[in-house]
Formats: sequence, C-alpha cells, structure tokens
Amino acid sequence: MQTLTNKALAVQRQPMTFWERLYLINIIKGMMITFSHMFKKQPTIRYPEQKREFSPVFRGLHVLNRDEEGRERCTACGLCAVACPAEAITMEAAERMEGEENIYREEKYAAKYEINMLRCIFCGLCEEACPKDAIYLSETFAPANYTRKGFIYDKNDLLIPNPLTNAADYAKAKGVQA
Amino acid sequence: MTLLSFDWALVIEKLILIVIIVLTTLLITLYTTFGERKVAAILQDRPGPNRAGPFGLLQPLADGLKLIMKEEIIPTSASKWLFILGPGLAMTASLMTSAVIPWGTDVHLFGRTIALQVADINIGILYIFAVVSMGVYGIMIGGWASNNKFSLMSALRAASQAISYEIAMGLALIALLMTTGSLSLKTIVADQAAGNWWNVVYQPLGFIIFFICAMAECNRTPFDLPEAENELNFGYHQEYSSMKLGFYLFAEYVNMIMSSAIMASMYFGGYDLPFFDETTVAPNIAAMIGVGTLLIKIVLFVFLFMWIRWTIPRFRYDQLMNLGWKTMIPLALFNMLLTGALILAKL
Repeated sequence: MQTLTNKALAVQRQPMTFWERLYLINIIKGMMITFSHMFKKQPTIRYPEQKREFSPVFRGLHVLNRDEEGRERCTACGLCAVACPAEAITMEAAERMEGEENIYREEKYAAKYEINMLRCIFCGLCEEACPKDAIYLSETFAPANYTRKGFIYDKNDLLIPNPLTNAADYAKAKGVQA
Repeated sequence: MTLLSFDWALVIEKLILIVIIVLTTLLITLYTTFGERKVAAILQDRPGPNRAGPFGLLQPLADGLKLIMKEEIIPTSASKWLFILGPGLAMTASLMTSAVIPWGTDVHLFGRTIALQVADINIGILYIFAVVSMGVYGIMIGGWASNNKFSLMSALRAASQAISYEIAMGLALIALLMTTGSLSLKTIVADQAAGNWWNVVYQPLGFIIFFICAMAECNRTPFDLPEAENELNFGYHQEYSSMKLGFYLFAEYVNMIMSSAIMASMYFGGYDLPFFDETTVAPNIAAMIGVGTLLIKIVLFVFLFMWIRWTIPRFRYDQLMNLGWKTMIPLALFNMLLTGALILAKL
C-alpha cells in the first residue's frame, strides 16, 4: 500500500518468543530505566523559596510611576482607560492646589485611580497609550485574594514608592524593565 | 503444683520482645510509607515530601495525625461488627508473622540467654503460611461488610489472587525445604549463617517464584488488582475512613516488611553478615550486628518492592490468572523436580 509518509511502520504480528513471554528481562530493563532516573536532575522549582524568572517581556501587575523628584506622573487624561479593551480602569481627575507641586507633576492629577484585576487581561495597551510614562506593567502578578473587592486595586496598591523617601522599595518595585 | 510452675522470667522476656518487635515494626512501617513516597518521587524526578520537618521527616507523623483526626464513618447498610473487624484482622495477621522470624543470634543479659525470636516453633514456615492466608480474611471481611459492589468485587479478586499465588509460593518453598531439610526458620537461618552459601544460590528460580508470589500476596503494584484505583475505586477500603483506612494501608506495608524479612531469612541468610566472623566479637555485639544486618536486608527488599511498583503497570486480571496458574505453578513444579533430581544425583 502507498503510505502517506515515510514514518509508517508495519505492525509486528509475530507471536512472542519464549524470552519475551517471560517478561522478566523486559521488566529488568524497565527497572534499570527507572533506576537511572534516581540520578537525574530534578526540574522542580521549590516555589516559595525559589522563583522562576520571568521573561523580560512579561506583563504583570501595573505600577503608577513617579518621576525622579518623587512626583506622580499621571495627569488623569484617561487615555489608558480609553485604550483598555477590558474596561478595567476607572479614574477621577482633580486639580492640583497650591503647595502640592512636589506631589503631582502636572496641574491635573488622578484623585482616584482603580484597576480591576479580575477584568484586566494584562495586554499592556494602557502602557502604550500613556503619554506621560505614568503606567507600566511590572514583573509580578496579582496575588490571590479572599474577595472580589480585594482585586480592585486603588492608588495605594498601584503607586510606586517614593524614590526620595523610600529608595530601596522604589528600586525593587521598578524592576529591570522601566 | 508442678504443672503450673513455669518460668515467669521467660514470659516477661517474651512479652518485652513482642512489644519491642511490634513497636519497631509499626515505627518502620510509618517510615516505609514515607520511603514509598520518596522513592516514587525520586524515580519520577521529583523531590517528594519535604515540607514537614527537616527533609520532610515528620511527614509520616502528619499523615498519621490526619488519619486519626478524620471523621469515622460506618455506612448504615454495612455489617457493623465485621466492618470493624476487617481492618483489625488485616493488621493482626500481618503483625503475627513476626513471631517466628529470628531477628538475631542469642543475647546474654542478666545471666540469661535470650533468643531474639518470639517463638522457635519447628513448623515455622507452615505457621507463616497459615497466618498469611488469614491476612486475606481481613480484606474479604472488609470488602463484604462494606455492602458495596466495588468492595465485594475487590474482595473476590483478593481472595482468588491469594489462593492462586499461594500454591506457587508453597511449591517454591517445598523445593527450599528439600534442600534445607527443616521447617524451622531458626535452623534454616543458622545453617546459612554457619558458613554455607545462602539458600538463594541453591534456589535461584525458587526465589524468583517466591518473590513474585510474595508481591502478589502483599497486593503490591503489578498485582494490586484488589485496590485498582481506576476500575474499582480503591476496592475493599472504599467505604473506610479515618484510622480504619489507616489500618488497611499500614497492614499492606507491614505485610511488605514481613515478607521482606521472611525472604531475607529463607533465601538471603537472615541475620548473617557475609564475610564476617561473628565469633571474633562479643556474643551480644554479634547479635546486634545480626539484627542490623537483617534490618538492612529488609530495607533493601522493601526498596526493591517499591522500585518494582513504580516501574511496572498493573496486570490485567486474565494476565494475572494466566501468570499464576499457567506460568508460576508449572515453573514451581519444575523447580521442585529439578531440586529433587539434583539431591538424588548428589547422594
């Protein structure tokens, strides 16, 4: 018969020989295979202590960025919310008052900024849409939570630590990507 | 009354020995369950249980605690007394085997000579057979009393499997008895320890047959049809929970240890450490070395059991019966004839 590929093999229909019927030799062969696995390297990553490294293009939890002087970059323009295909972002804008120049960089800022992590698909379009480099996706993921409400992250959860007052946490949160 | 005067020291000595043997067996059993999981893990390139305590060494205690804390359920349609009797019987039968195993040479303590064997009966091997056959009652009673179709089927499987493989096992042993000329385990081990070759040299085929049958008797994996998870839903212990389930599971491991001890005693010299002259050290130390040697042999056999379990898949039921009746029994008969012929030729 014409075969479609050269990988086709004729099925062996010969009755088993005495040694094959004894099974013992093949069982010992199999046991040698399992025994050799005792000396193989285990691919296991012992999770809470060891963590797998994410790839450099991994898109994880959002971070609201600050500039070098520790001021929030976000101006609540709403482009990220418009770009978001999952409609996970909501924000409310407010005007910067006198004396708040060291907190907010522009004259308008986000008084409320929420991302629903259950809706978010981590596509990164908000990062691409942002004209002020105020939001980017970090290299961690949203941890488990007991309630749905717990997955709505507000500004406290998203804002990066202040580089002036808390440099170590800032560097940690910033990661290698930004 | 001279009839009633007996050696109370002997009774106490034997009682202490029994308690020690039972407790150590149960402790070793606990760690065998741990060893099983570790061996399985290592053979499958996994680390295995390693969270409870250093290297996971407290895992068996956690398992035991979990089993005890679980809710005890007795199904309403179950036969209550038999349901409770089943696991107890399985455990008792597997522990009773330890009575005739010689754990070492004599120990001299407090001016007495203490044999490290609970009972040196001259029909030790027959006794083992009787007790091992009783073990299947635990499974049968448990399976029947559960009033569950799967459990009943598994009990039937266990019974027919045990009967089929006991024949070949007995025939393999008859060949061994022809060479040793004694039914007492103490004599058999002492003969091997006295500088002769181990019996496995005279009876290689008999050993393989005995080993395979022992595996079948213990319901270990290539022959674990009574508890076939994917067709019988765990079989005879399906309705069991809490420590009654634990008893069944432990009984399997105790069985494994006991058959390892029997195999080590009958075919691999028991407490005999090869290439070592026991007379060069003090008798007590020699006895302790003997106990250690036997334990090491047991551990090696238990590892072999586990190694096979995690290598070979389960037999189909007709394959099991074919192997038992059409291969094992003829082979055992052939082995018997061969042994007889060789003994005759030598004479």
